[in-house]
Amino acid sequence: MQPQIEYRIKPPKGISLNLKEIWQYKELFYFFTWRDIKVKYKQTVIGFLWAILQPFLTMLIFSVFFGKLLNVPSDGIPYPIFAYSGLIIWNVFASGMTSSANSMVSNANIIKKIYFPRLIIPMSSILVAAFDFFMALVVFFGLMIYYKIAFTWLLLVYVPASLLLTIISVFGVGSLLAALNVKYRDFRYIIPFMVQALMFLTPVIYPVSIITYPWAKYLIAVNPMSGAVNLMRGAVIQSPPDMQLVLISVASAIVLFFAGLLYFKKTEGYFADIA
Amino acid sequence: MKPILEIKNISKKYKLRGQESPYLTFRDALTSGFKKQKDKNEFWALQDVSFDVYPGESIGIIGRNGAGKSTLLKILSRITPPTTGEIISRGRIASLLEVGTGFHAELSGRENVFLNGSILGLTKQEITKQFDAIVDFSGVEKFLDTPLKHYSSGMQLRLAFAVAAHLEPEILIIDEVLAVGDAEFQKKCLTKMGEVTNEGRTVLFVSHNISAISTLCSKSILLKDGNLIKNDKTESVIKHYLNVINDSQLVWENITRISYSEYILPMKLYITNSDGETIQSELNRNCRYYINFEFELLSIQSELTIGYSLFDSEGQYLFRSLHTDKDENINSTLKIGINKVYSELPVNLLNEGRYQIALDGGIHKKSWDFNPLNQNSINIRIDVYGDFSNSKFWKNKRNGIFAIEEEWVLG
Repeated sequence: MQPQIEYRIKPPKGISLNLKEIWQYKELFYFFTWRDIKVKYKQTVIGFLWAILQPFLTMLIFSVFFGKLLNVPSDGIPYPIFAYSGLIIWNVFASGMTSSANSMVSNANIIKKIYFPRLIIPMSSILVAAFDFFMALVVFFGLMIYYKIAFTWLLLVYVPASLLLTIISVFGVGSLLAALNVKYRDFRYIIPFMVQALMFLTPVIYPVSIITYPWAKYLIAVNPMSGAVNLMRGAVIQSPPDMQLVLISVASAIVLFFAGLLYFKKTEGYFADIA
Repeated sequence: MKPILEIKNISKKYKLRGQESPYLTFRDALTSGFKKQKDKNEFWALQDVSFDVYPGESIGIIGRNGAGKSTLLKILSRITPPTTGEIISRGRIASLLEVGTGFHAELSGRENVFLNGSILGLTKQEITKQFDAIVDFSGVEKFLDTPLKHYSSGMQLRLAFAVAAHLEPEILIIDEVLAVGDAEFQKKCLTKMGEVTNEGRTVLFVSHNISAISTLCSKSILLKDGNLIKNDKTESVIKHYLNVINDSQLVWENITRISYSEYILPMKLYITNSDGETIQSELNRNCRYYINFEFELLSIQSELTIGYSLFDSEGQYLFRSLHTDKDENINSTLKIGINKVYSELPVNLLNEGRYQIALDGGIHKKSWDFNPLNQNSINIRIDVYGDFSNSKFWKNKRNGIFAIEEEWVLG
């Protein structure tokens, strides 16, 4: 005999996070993530290698155009590893944002038929993006060996810190966009544009140090991904980034996190009616 | 004993939006601030529905299309919240609003069993434990490691139902899943469902199939326009449904012998199935039906032309059929007194919906006694429902006036 369960189905009132419920559905969360990772590289010849090849090829192109031809400075480290360290963490944000923003619409058939905490859908999309990051990290370490950059304890601090900041911000933006996308399909067209624009507002191809206007520096820091990229680079350059700027990014990530979470929670009850 | 499900004053309101955009566009939201708020079309899909379900009961939910059956199931499955009211549930609910929810074409059969099982609320451990039984039931063990996209639709369906059949919740909610698949498969499903109800599990079952409900459910509730109007033994609910609610009028009878013409006296207009039984319920467009007309011939008329015209629910004239269409000499066999003519009704051309069949005819070139366009025409109303194709994606009304399913061949 199962333990006595009793629950009530009521009109939504207020917002409750119900983390306990998400925990109860951890297996479904796992299965969604597993499905997305599997499907992503199904029927490809080189499979998971794409997760490495994509940022690697982009890095090569950037190194030729920005590093060699345009002579963009790179904070004293070789431009390829400068670009690559920024790229792989930026990719977590870019692909996490795109896929989580579209996740509710692309899983509409399931949402309309079965109940589960809706939040696990954008969450698993973000996890898929993080999975690619870990694959790409292998090449990152390879580049460090190639350029004879010492492995220090800074790696153990800055890389996880950077990833954590990225996940917090992509969760905020992703769940906000996912909820908005269910209601307003305009976001289907806005999102690719956002990815492009945000990439230029993130110091992926250039160092923050080339920004000479002090106010512009703070403005860029409001973009939480600039903090994440600076932390990632800190591990390579082996000197801590400007902590004031990082803190602005952290604050902005936390605001985004709660804004996304609250909006998602507020609207999730009606996803099945309008998706 | 406490009820396992208490449904208390559940209501659900929908806002109606334009047909072409069920979801908002960003522009609507941006401009709505400037526009005067329009009178919003509100629609109550359910109004103040209350009933209790006790452990072990199997409840049928009956009602015409649009009565609120699916909305009720969606609220019970927590897919959409009620607008007002409350449901207290004292057991794990699993809902099967469709078979194979979340199946992914790129994944193998084995992987889909785990994914689908997990979506339906099984734990990984439960799936592993029942895996062999599921595969056995489905009969697709040879193709377990083949991607689902290479499965036939029948195989996909069998695999999906196999997973669903191994759910073990306290409360099982089922919506029309039996409407898909071939006759043999439907029978297998019904047998399995019978087992489930006999095991003492609580089942809520929505179906158009009245006979399935009467075999599987001891009690039923009847919904009409979002209201619960009867909650009783299945037998009496079905009776009520067929006689009272189903306000389609399938028989016209001239009991008081009102005269319409000096040549013939119309007696009865009705529909029968291929066994000759008079039809009292909705018409399934995959079955065969006949329109029957009984009349008294007062004098021999070689120019008699009688038939019917068919209109859709908006009054659009769809077609006309006359008894002399194929055989002009049919009248030579008529006799003074009672006669009956009948003809097959092409329901397989019709879309889901309500139609009016009006008596049409008279004495050719002499007097057109039965004008189908007349306000007082002799008519009956029928309801046709879907079951379009074997695809689970095309069960309901299609676009267009007619609904035709013809084979497509690769040329």
